Amino acid sequence: MNILDAIVVLLNYVIIPATSYGAQLALGALGVTLIYGILRFSNFAHGDTMAFGTAVTILITWAFQAAGITFGPLPTALLALPLGIAVTALVLLFTDRAVYRFYRRKKAAPVILVIVSMGVMFVMNGLTRLIIGVQDQNFADGQRFIINAFQFRKMTGLAQGLALRTTSVITLLTAIIVVAALFWFLNHTRTGKSMRAFADNEDLALLSGINPERVVTVTWLLVAGLATTAGVLYGLDKSFMPFTYFQLLLPIFAAAVVGGLGNPLGAIVGGFVVAFSEVMSTYAWRMVAAYVLPRSLVPGGLMQLLTTDYKFAVSFAILVAVLLFKPTGIFKGKSV
Amino acid sequence: MGAPFLIGEKMTGGYGAADILHDCTIAVEKGEIAVIVGPNGAGKSTAMKAVFGMLTLRHGQVRLDGEDITAFSPQARVAKGMAFVPQTDNVFLSMSVEENLEMGAFLRRDDIRPTMARIYDLFPVLKEKRRQAAGELSGGQRQQVAVGRALMTQPKVLMLDEPTAGVSPIVMDELFDRIIEISRTGISILMVEQNARQALNIADKGYVLVQGANRYTDTGEALLADPDVRKTFLGG
Repeated sequence: MNILDAIVVLLNYVIIPATSYGAQLALGALGVTLIYGILRFSNFAHGDTMAFGTAVTILITWAFQAAGITFGPLPTALLALPLGIAVTALVLLFTDRAVYRFYRRKKAAPVILVIVSMGVMFVMNGLTRLIIGVQDQNFADGQRFIINAFQFRKMTGLAQGLALRTTSVITLLTAIIVVAALFWFLNHTRTGKSMRAFADNEDLALLSGINPERVVTVTWLLVAGLATTAGVLYGLDKSFMPFTYFQLLLPIFAAAVVGGLGNPLGAIVGGFVVAFSEVMSTYAWRMVAAYVLPRSLVPGGLMQLLTTDYKFAVSFAILVAVLLFKPTGIFKGKSV
Repeated sequence: MGAPFLIGEKMTGGYGAADILHDCTIAVEKGEIAVIVGPNGAGKSTAMKAVFGMLTLRHGQVRLDGEDITAFSPQARVAKGMAFVPQTDNVFLSMSVEENLEMGAFLRRDDIRPTMARIYDLFPVLKEKRRQAAGELSGGQRQQVAVGRALMTQPKVLMLDEPTAGVSPIVMDELFDRIIEISRTGISILMVEQNARQALNIADKGYVLVQGANRYTDTGEALLADPDVRKTFLGG
């Protein structure tokens, strides 16, 4: 029995990866939830918006690298991120003017807007593949580890080594900064409050003189920021492939729905709930068991509930269960 | 006395093909209270919405301070100094009392604190609960938030659609007292009410509507004294 080694294994394979994945999902779900709250539809193009924003950021990163610009020990992509967000914002605003506004003026039902967003999804999807290709792209540079397993073992004398990757820490820090900034914006600025008012009661917002087109524009700008940041962090942490981002739509929606659609706090909690469920149910617990249980009780199998191939089943199961038993989610969002 | 401050004159119109209002006229003088009463389905709220531009008129005119505003959108009328408190969904439930008031003043660029202080003087309970979400308040308190939000625009006319719907008689009396107080500051008040007797009591002018047309129009006092009105609409 060795509790310390068990904790290190748990940190390495469950807590650290699930926390950074949770932060990425939370940022993605925040974008989905903002659009649901303000524009009142589920945006199926969100995964591909993340992919597009990331693809643009990668191209700018390569340009920076070619020009010899780096960010020291941090990934160059973080320098390219603001530019990637700007380009994504322009594309989203163009999409809104060219597509969504037409349906908004017609006061189209939310379900029609969902279908429209699927159309946008296919276009974005194609655009991304056209720009950067379908293959896997690895664009992380800078220092790889803050603590690596070898140093850790030497330092502590434990059998298990703790590895803390730079991208995990960057993901968490960036997510905290972005979320804090978003909440400050929504709760303390005139524009942010008008967005909440518009989401709360559209008719009364109009009676108060709030301009709906301005609220919509600001929403798309925020969504561009959130989606691109989420996409870049995910890409740095793992790797970038357009198809993976399309698949991310499921856990992201699961996260937004678990927390309560339209509720920003819910999106964050939902992101971590989904991430931890996914990681914990696809992790082989045998190694942890071997450290905490007496030898005679350690089972022969891997103690893995699902293979990682089935990880999307976890989000899907959560989504179905929430919609069946608590459709408004943890934080009482809007029922779907 | 010249032309009334706000008048919807000979309004005819409805939501679809059928007209709900027929040659209906509603007016309010500066600093006075006008009340629209009548049986269910008489078109009271519709008349109010017509004055506020929430339905298209086939005939008739709406004039504010002599200016024809018939073609103005509700939002444009807000900018012109009209404020409207809907009957339901009239507060931002998820936002605090103070934020509700701030949203009322959204179009203003000057210092809104004096107006907010006046509203807190008018409704002291709101000051106490200013950090609480409006959705957590009682019906009567919510109604106060709704009126407060509308007053934040510094309107010249305040329009209230059944402000006492669903509140207790005590709260209703208090709300009426506040409405009188508001009108004394020079704000004209146009209101639709179910509680006809109490409303006519505080009204300078009363309009009894039946089937979308004016049936009786007089001072509140005179209407209350009119045996026909009493028998038909006030239950004897």
